[in-house]
Amino acid sequence: MWGFPLFPEQASTVAGQIDLLYFALVGLSLIFAGILPFVVLYLIVRYHRSMKADRSNPINSSLKLELTWSIIPFILSMGVFFWSTFLFFQINADPDDPLEIYVIGKQWMWHLQHPNGKRENNELHVPVGQPIKLIMTSQDVIHSFYIPAFRLKKDVVPGRYTTMWFEPTKTGEYHLFCAEYCGTEHSAMIGRVVVLPLPDYQRWLTTEEPAILPDGSTISTGVSSDSGGSMAEIGAQVFQQQGCVSCHRTDSAARAPVLNNIFGKPTSLASGETLTVDEEYLRESILRPQAKITVGYGPIMPTFEGQLTEDQVLQLIAYIKSLSDVDANEENQ
Amino acid sequence: MSTTSPVASFYNDHSRTMIDWLKSWFLTIDHKRIAILYLITINIFFLLGGAAATVLRAELVTPQADLVQSDTYNKLFTLHGVIMIFFFLVPSIPAVLGNFLLPLMLGAKDLAFPRLNLLSWYVFFIGGLFALAATSLGGVDTGWTFYTPYSSTYANSNVILTATGIFIMGFSSILTGINFIVTIHKMRAPGLTWFRLPLFVWANYATSIIQVLATPVLGVSIALVAVERLLGVGIFDPALGGDPLLFQHLFWFYSHPAVYIMILPAMGVISELISCYSRKRVFGYEFIALSSIAIAVIGFFVWGHHMFVSSQSVYSGLVFSFLSYLVAIPSAIKVFNWTATLYKGSISYSTPMLYAMGFMGVFVIGGLTGLFLAASALDVHVHDTYFVVAHFHYIMVGGAIMAYLGGLHYWWPKITGRLYSEIWGRLSALIIFVGFNLTFFPQFFLGYLGMPRRYHVYPEEFQVLHVLSSAGSTILGIGYMIPIIYLLVSLRYGEIAKSNPWRAKGLEWQTTSPPPTENFEHTPIVTEEAYAYPPEEPERDAASYRPGSPL
Ligand code: HEC
Ligand SMILES: [Cu+2]
Ligand SMILES: [Cu+2]
Repeated sequence: MWGFPLFPEQASTVAGQIDLLYFALVGLSLIFAGILPFVVLYLIVRYHRSMKADRSNPINSSLKLELTWSIIPFILSMGVFFWSTFLFFQINADPDDPLEIYVIGKQWMWHLQHPNGKRENNELHVPVGQPIKLIMTSQDVIHSFYIPAFRLKKDVVPGRYTTMWFEPTKTGEYHLFCAEYCGTEHSAMIGRVVVLPLPDYQRWLTTEEPAILPDGSTISTGVSSDSGGSMAEIGAQVFQQQGCVSCHRTDSAARAPVLNNIFGKPTSLASGETLTVDEEYLRESILRPQAKITVGYGPIMPTFEGQLTEDQVLQLIAYIKSLSDVDANEENQ
Repeated sequence: MSTTSPVASFYNDHSRTMIDWLKSWFLTIDHKRIAILYLITINIFFLLGGAAATVLRAELVTPQADLVQSDTYNKLFTLHGVIMIFFFLVPSIPAVLGNFLLPLMLGAKDLAFPRLNLLSWYVFFIGGLFALAATSLGGVDTGWTFYTPYSSTYANSNVILTATGIFIMGFSSILTGINFIVTIHKMRAPGLTWFRLPLFVWANYATSIIQVLATPVLGVSIALVAVERLLGVGIFDPALGGDPLLFQHLFWFYSHPAVYIMILPAMGVISELISCYSRKRVFGYEFIALSSIAIAVIGFFVWGHHMFVSSQSVYSGLVFSFLSYLVAIPSAIKVFNWTATLYKGSISYSTPMLYAMGFMGVFVIGGLTGLFLAASALDVHVHDTYFVVAHFHYIMVGGAIMAYLGGLHYWWPKITGRLYSEIWGRLSALIIFVGFNLTFFPQFFLGYLGMPRRYHVYPEEFQVLHVLSSAGSTILGIGYMIPIIYLLVSLRYGEIAKSNPWRAKGLEWQTTSPPPTENFEHTPIVTEEAYAYPPEEPERDAASYRPGSPL
């Protein structure tokens, strides 16, 4: 308990930049909060009724002063605004070639799955010095994935994917918190982020360990186990089992678009719009196909809302992505 | 209360039976009596909300759960938030001081709609009963923010009862707002032009606009939560086809402006206090007046700064961040103008003035840390941590409550006809200032370290700061108890107050303390601006100071 910190550790590429902005703001605040109280103190002592002072010709308005103390704070705050917005865009722009990890939040547990199929709960193992992207959703209420040492958080919202990326700069263990109030055991929805050197991370990926699935059952996970292999491989199985393949196929019986090489590419909708295929779009195409119809096809795809678990949807997406991105596919093996 | 003042005051009544007496209070349409009803009701709520906070702070002394378990803790912070915001802070200054003073400051006999005024107290009271019922039937655990789909689908506590209470309370806020707006437009005494109005009136005018325009949105959003819960209509829960973020947009569309419902009237009070105890006209009167309106208007367009990490688009983030910086400027203008008012004044350290100075200190910190939160990139880190908790307590407890107490002391002689003990007054103002800062300043550090809000168990390294904060809250608690005691004591033993004990300007000081039911014997005619202290007044006041007289 003693020897408590007053400042959090910096362990991601953005942490230093955010701290810099923070200290700039602290500095600016000190100009006001550090000086103004002394001005006030000086004035209330200097002009206390017991003090002899020149009180003649008090003024009670001055346009010049008003303009000065409106415009200077305005300019300063605009400086902060541009700086912080620039950083904000940077934090939110996807990095090149990130390692993707899938996160499912539920009351009151984090479930994480690595592309090779390894799963873990309330812990996130990542390699140091690599951009990592989390693709997150919630099975129930809103949660928020927060790693103070990285200075990052993002809400984890049911019914959609949110993403967050970071690049750890230091090996070690860091707090993982749920920052959005999510019910009774909100404050127990915590864990740790373990940043490992790349070889250790790879070794960890292939060690077998038990994990709790989002549906509550326990399995043993790790590539060598019979938990089904990589996310894309499990996704391929789901694709078969759910009968997706009866429509989405490459032969002449196909009644639906081929899903090869669609991820990350533009797609045209019957409504005339063009969109880039991303996780959110795939999710919607699977769960609510009628919302966006691909041009040239009829609205015949059944809705899978309520029939697939969040886990399965993520696996299907990983599978569809693996049909597009050969590089990523290899890397994940 | 026994009335001993020579002139008939609004407390005088000719009721011979208990029933008559009760009727004279509970069926009164006198704005002053209604203000007293509000005063008593909201202070009871304040004590309740404070009691909840005490348990929270006690629990947080250790990193484990020992005093209460998670469920109780969650219900307590929800109770604390709901009560303090909807049933104490939102009505506090407008419904108590505003109700009492607005007609007096305008030279009017009453508000425009006296019956509506009484109705709004009843509506408020009934809303409060619902909230209390929800509490006594087991409580509610959604947080005062009622985020969906937790509140609409998952929580199994008394969401609907509480929501109903807030829904009902909202009407009282709207009714008071309408009443004030009409009164300020229509009931000003002859000669009382807009730019002769006291700044307290301007502030309440701006507040009323927000109350009327924003509160319906709160009502709608909270009603939709109830509809989804009861009927399973998909509005917010994605499992039913709804959109959980829609709720956040609706909720903050009210709840950000609600911050200004709490702080604008406080700023109005501060302008009155600083002017009186500097013996000078407020510096930059027009700028302070119009900045209230600017805050009210811009304040409607900043709600998205609560949603920087909610997955709203980065471009929305940009716009909301920009507007949040913009809304800070009018507040800064006020602070600078108050400071300039002190220059060449003749200042006394009376209790209300100490509260005003304390307000300035904490408000500056609260406002500046708001700039940290408006910086979208920085908010990514500190959002939903103790940094936010500290920030809004600086605004709402440090700011609004200090101004409320300052105002209550300042107008106490007018309201009750008695003077309070000056020594106890100053002492408690100091205790509150120290206790407040000790409670909430460490929380900025906690927040930047990453301590999430609404956690009752936490990693050990945060304990020292939590202990400091809890220690501060003990001092703060004591600080709040002292005024309750000596103010009550003053009702019986306090010195009888003259009409204008502070030699202040303003129509409310021209009538007797406490005022007669009709407020003024003759409708006053206004020939000068507000705060018309003559230019030589500071000099004269300082010259009249004798060693040994109170500071
Ligand atoms: C009854 C036939 C049918 C079945 C079964 C079916 N789909 Fe489809 N799917 C379609 C059709 C037709 C379209 C194009 C029209 C549209 O967008 O709805 C489509 C579109 C899609 C798209 C969007 C493709 C693009 O280029 O925009 C995705 C992704 C998709 N389906 C995935 C799946 C998955 C995963 C399954 C199994 C869980 C599945 N589908 C089952 C018929 C089907
Ligand atoms: Cu949570
Ligand atoms: Cu806000």
